[in-house]
Amino acid sequence: MNDTAYTEKAMTMTQKILATKAGLKAVEAGQLIEAKLDLVLGNDVTAPPAIGEFEKLSCTRVFDPEKVALVPDHFTPNKDIKTAEQTLKMRQFARAQNVAHYFEVGQMGIEHALLPEQGLVTAGDCIIGADSHTCTYGAVGAFATGVGSTDLACAMATGTTWFKVPSAIRVELSGTPRGWVSGKDVVLHLIGRIGVDGARYKSLEFSGAGVGALHMDERFTIANMAIEAGAKNGMFPVDEHTRTYLAYVGAKEPVVYAADPGAFYDDIVRIDLGAVPLTVSLPHLPSNTRAIEEVEGMPIDQVVIGSCTNGRISDLRVAAQILKGRKVAKGLRCIIFPATQRIYLEALREGLIETFIEAGAVVSTPTCGPCLGGHMGILAKGERAVSTTNRNFVGRMGHTQSEVILAGPAVAAASAVAGKLASPEKVSDAVPDRAWLYRM
Amino acid sequence: MSEYGNEQRKGGQSTFSAKTGAQILRGTVHAYGDNVDTDVIIPARYLTTSDPAELAAHCMEDIDREFLKKVKPGDIMVAGENFGCGSSREHAPLAIKAAGISCVIAASFARIFYRNAINIGLAILESPEAARALSDGDEVAVNFESGEIRSVKDGAIWKAQPFPPFIREIIEAGGLVEATKRRLAVRQRDYGAEAYQPATRTKDAL
Repeated sequence: MNDTAYTEKAMTMTQKILATKAGLKAVEAGQLIEAKLDLVLGNDVTAPPAIGEFEKLSCTRVFDPEKVALVPDHFTPNKDIKTAEQTLKMRQFARAQNVAHYFEVGQMGIEHALLPEQGLVTAGDCIIGADSHTCTYGAVGAFATGVGSTDLACAMATGTTWFKVPSAIRVELSGTPRGWVSGKDVVLHLIGRIGVDGARYKSLEFSGAGVGALHMDERFTIANMAIEAGAKNGMFPVDEHTRTYLAYVGAKEPVVYAADPGAFYDDIVRIDLGAVPLTVSLPHLPSNTRAIEEVEGMPIDQVVIGSCTNGRISDLRVAAQILKGRKVAKGLRCIIFPATQRIYLEALREGLIETFIEAGAVVSTPTCGPCLGGHMGILAKGERAVSTTNRNFVGRMGHTQSEVILAGPAVAAASAVAGKLASPEKVSDAVPDRAWLYRM
Repeated sequence: MSEYGNEQRKGGQSTFSAKTGAQILRGTVHAYGDNVDTDVIIPARYLTTSDPAELAAHCMEDIDREFLKKVKPGDIMVAGENFGCGSSREHAPLAIKAAGISCVIAASFARIFYRNAINIGLAILESPEAARALSDGDEVAVNFESGEIRSVKDGAIWKAQPFPPFIREIIEAGGLVEATKRRLAVRQRDYGAEAYQPATRTKDAL
């Protein structure tokens, strides 16, 4: 391949990382490359088939046990014999291969909250995971994208994978979110504007002065849902927030890439964070967004607060601030699941768990469970949930005639108190202090 | 890479197609709309297994209870935009393939599904025109090499972009696993003890 032809081309942040990992001076959209991987990830649903494929490769060991992460989080603690056997297969493989980052129940958390917290992802990394929400790590300036089990198998063997270099949409942020508005509202608003395939095959590259107004937990939430706009990855520039966070979690030294001036974008979407309303997505697509004012009062049966999207400590603080001294409405179930053990412990020490239990919510061990209709909170026919998770497809959380409304933690907690879809402004007169809520 | 482009323009008379033969897929259409997601292709409640036959037994049941009764081996699934959006579960293309579908034609595919389908050897083609024109019960013939989709009933022809070279290489090998296996064997031969070091040069990347 003649790489000198590309040297004059300006690149996006994603393209610069991919070029480096492919050992090329430059790449351009549509180009096919093979890239070296810094981390490959699988879970208890996607790793077992990958292990089967890995064995077919006649490959005796993984390319680097330090660069493989296996997290049993979807159906764990195992809900039945089948899932126990799937997890066993992964556990045995992890032991046999000396996989450095296998997290047993007790240490595990939801993968996309866990890996950053454990310092396993850093700026400039190239990461694939056999889970669509692997794009979460774009929050720290890594290229990260979801793949399938066969990709995982081959990547575990070779430490490389093929990519088609994506073009990009630039999302230019300005202003500061107001009141209870958080990263979740921003990403739902974005998906509502561009649609569930608005960024298909592309990278969503966030930029502008508004980036600095978003805390790391919010960036994780936004990058996490890049896939819900069809994107290959979401990408945040590296700033002081990122460096502080990466130092705090003890991540590897960040390698900082910035988009070239003059890089080409297929489109530019401008968002004034100060104008983003509290946003929800009605059934059955994440793009079916409404401002909360338009849909308040819809009857609901369950509230779910947690997941790889919104199960971080700041999300729990927001929920606790609204639930403090209040009760979950009669006849409604409120399920709260911290995303990792560390977050769980932090919430316990901060008194948030006490607040939740006093309010009448149930607190669950970290698991993907309810988000994908796996276990721990399945909906019956005709039931409707408000959930801080990431998908509201038909049957996502249970029966095919159940419904999921996606929301941020403030709307979810307020809805739990009101017993119907509600704005936090109607439930609490507290003025949210962003710096306090998002403190590290 | 340009030599592949030339071969395509010559009408697919490449050594590659000579090796595999032009594959004509022919079957009855099962048509669906836009944004068919992985949760309806194979609901998460069945992800307790990765056995293709078990997965196939629940394929599409949440949007089309009749699908499994109607589908015959070799049939063709047709859908609108963003087919396979949602989760990265490879179980989705596996379920479709194991249900007997030989090819999925959609206006567009969600990217992970696209990738997974290729990696497990499910033929897919993108053609917004064919997706729009075809409906449930139509008979179609698909030339996989040329990307030509032909309606058996009225002879209408739509042209999808045929597979690019790197994907054909994977398919030619019978899927990504087989392709990787070959590469590992080559690397073992050429580099010996360093066989498992990731490639740093792109020369042998594609």
